[in-house]
Amino acid sequence: MSTTQTRAGATRRPSTATRRQHRAAYLFVLPFFVVFVAMLVVPLVYSGYLSLFERRLIGGESFVGLANYLRAFGDPNFWGGLGRVATFLVVQVPIMLGLALFFALALDSGRARGSRSARLLIFMPYAVPAVIATLMWGYLYGPDFGPLAQIARAVGLGTPDFLSPQSILGSMMNIVTWEFVGYNMIIMYAALRAIPAELYEAAEIDGAGQFRTAWSIKIPAIRPAIILTVIFSVIGSFQLFNEPSLLNAVAPDAISNSFTPNYYAYNLAFINQELNYASAIAFLLGLVIAVVSYVVQLGEQRRERRERKGMA
Amino acid sequence: MRNTRRAAASVLGSAAVLGLVLTGCSPSASDAPSGEAVTQDQIDEAMTTPTELTFWTWVPDIEDEVKLFEEKYPDISVTVENVGQGLPHYQKLRSAIEAGEGAPDVAQIEYQYIPSFVLGESLLDLTPYGADDLSGDYVEWAWNQVSPGEQVWAIPQDVGPMGNLYREDILAQAGITEPPATWEEYATAAEAVKTSTGSYISNLGATQAGQMIGFFWQAGVKPFGYDGAETVTIDVNSDGAKEVADYWTDLIQRDLISTDVDFNDAWYQGLASGKYAGWLTAAWGPVFLQGTAEGTSGLWRAAPLPQWEAGQNVSGNWGGSADAVLASSENPIAAAMLAQFINHDEESAMQLATQQFLYPPQTSVLEDPAFVDQGSEFYGGQQVNKLFAEISDTVDTDFEWLPFMDYVYSSYEETLGTVIADRGDISAALDTWQDQLVSYAEAQGFTVQ
Repeated sequence: MSTTQTRAGATRRPSTATRRQHRAAYLFVLPFFVVFVAMLVVPLVYSGYLSLFERRLIGGESFVGLANYLRAFGDPNFWGGLGRVATFLVVQVPIMLGLALFFALALDSGRARGSRSARLLIFMPYAVPAVIATLMWGYLYGPDFGPLAQIARAVGLGTPDFLSPQSILGSMMNIVTWEFVGYNMIIMYAALRAIPAELYEAAEIDGAGQFRTAWSIKIPAIRPAIILTVIFSVIGSFQLFNEPSLLNAVAPDAISNSFTPNYYAYNLAFINQELNYASAIAFLLGLVIAVVSYVVQLGEQRRERRERKGMA
Repeated sequence: MRNTRRAAASVLGSAAVLGLVLTGCSPSASDAPSGEAVTQDQIDEAMTTPTELTFWTWVPDIEDEVKLFEEKYPDISVTVENVGQGLPHYQKLRSAIEAGEGAPDVAQIEYQYIPSFVLGESLLDLTPYGADDLSGDYVEWAWNQVSPGEQVWAIPQDVGPMGNLYREDILAQAGITEPPATWEEYATAAEAVKTSTGSYISNLGATQAGQMIGFFWQAGVKPFGYDGAETVTIDVNSDGAKEVADYWTDLIQRDLISTDVDFNDAWYQGLASGKYAGWLTAAWGPVFLQGTAEGTSGLWRAAPLPQWEAGQNVSGNWGGSADAVLASSENPIAAAMLAQFINHDEESAMQLATQQFLYPPQTSVLEDPAFVDQGSEFYGGQQVNKLFAEISDTVDTDFEWLPFMDYVYSSYEETLGTVIADRGDISAALDTWQDQLVSYAEAQGFTVQ
């Protein structure tokens, strides 16, 4: 009771102490806001502004309104790239998160030997910079001198072409999975460690085995963490850039300039010198990411609500 | 803000050099009217005034040649900066030009990119600085590359007239003792090499636009044209171009030519291991190959490109660059002198050819026995430099580019690159390429002829 009273009093007439606290709070977030505005908001607004113009090599700059956006809607390259990352999302993300969940549960069960070093080993690829990782995989995939191709040849399977236009997307999924399984696993593992032990005791008393515990207690308990990794992965997939950009050096015939929307925007800006159109593409991409992330989150919230209602 | 700052600077500047402005001797860019020759007095004055120049280039160890310049003109100090090779270099250069500050005084620019900087009026016409007098000192076609009209936009540094490097031992195994003189003979030889040794006679880099354009150049095809203003000519799917394309389609589809992407590890290994029995390359190729395929020293030979007609003797060019002065340079005289000195001074030019192994466009070097009479062990003692000097004389003198070659190359990769890698019909891909180039040019406001 007394707390509500003080709080009500505070809103009416803030004491000097709270006011000072407020000021301190603003002071603490100020550096963040300065950087946030200077490095994110201003460039964002500027690129939104740029996207409304058109600059030609002959004739200079002119205001074109939403023409760049209309062009993007009819641009098969943009949709092709978007389709590719959507495929990537639908195929690669479940595999990666499934693996991450499996590893996290295995480590958490405490049954795996040497779990500490296993954890480190699974996490290690995340510490390898994407640039190095892609160059390394470029070598591993090499059709002539790559070890994978050499092994395949040695056992009489012929030369697999990981870098052909047909298989490059799969090869890229493999690289990204390798890179990010550890990262997602750590998030899930940390969430698993935070589950109160009483739940396990209760489950044990009810006669639940390891699998039952995992399915009915652990996974539901860490669902917020899983959703977090899903959203990170959605954003990551749509923003794919390093991998296509670096693999382009190894397999330029397989990676088109519009392989992913982000890579397309980059090429538009720096090769085609269509900075304005590139800004429009980047903006649309941001919009798509926001919508998809929101849908994922919304779906989760609905489900939670439905389940709560079902319980009641 | 940019404008105010520049305005403020010019106010300060003119106040400081008021006396000079009145007599018309200011060293600043705006006071050296283009078209009007700079006098020797002005040059002497500029070259004895302490000046700092910036020079963007990716030529390794060019500091050695810059040092010669600084010894001759002790008052000028030059900072050499390497901001990347090729595309990254141009991106940074364009950004700096766009930003209005931070651009160098002198920059290395490959021939095919000169028009794109001429278009933005970013380059200084070097005619008033005496560059016109140098025209006779360079092979004609190279000079045409830097000076397609009245103006001189850059000073040629190196060139890449094309020839044929081949493995004498592999060809001999296939019963071929003379390098193929015509493309027809080359096709026959390719078949013999493939059946008796398993090697490809050479590799056509799937995404290597430079090589294919070099073949067009040799065949007398003129795919591009630019009038220096707003009109471009795009004709990449002409009958001549298609003839060249069909020739390669045929060899590729018969599996006599490989289409691996070049300049990566697998390709280096292919050259070193005999997967490719040859390389149709440019004059910078011989030295490059020595470093790549050391183990095969003595087995290689050089020859001119095969010809379309027996008895003909023509070639194309692939690569090479020039040094240009940016229009924004505040020390145009000193900058123009630097670009000229590096690529014209006899000692400097000779050093570029013998230490950096840039293939020279300067006739002084091409006629110097110290350069051309050099035998090369890697090529069984052959005088490779002399051979390419002869080839250089046979390069078609008129070949133009479009003012947006970045896009042309990237579009080539998209259209021809994928088709060549898939062993498809290159002629058909030329049509797609043409369409893409025309629609890009039109969207950018050019008049397409």
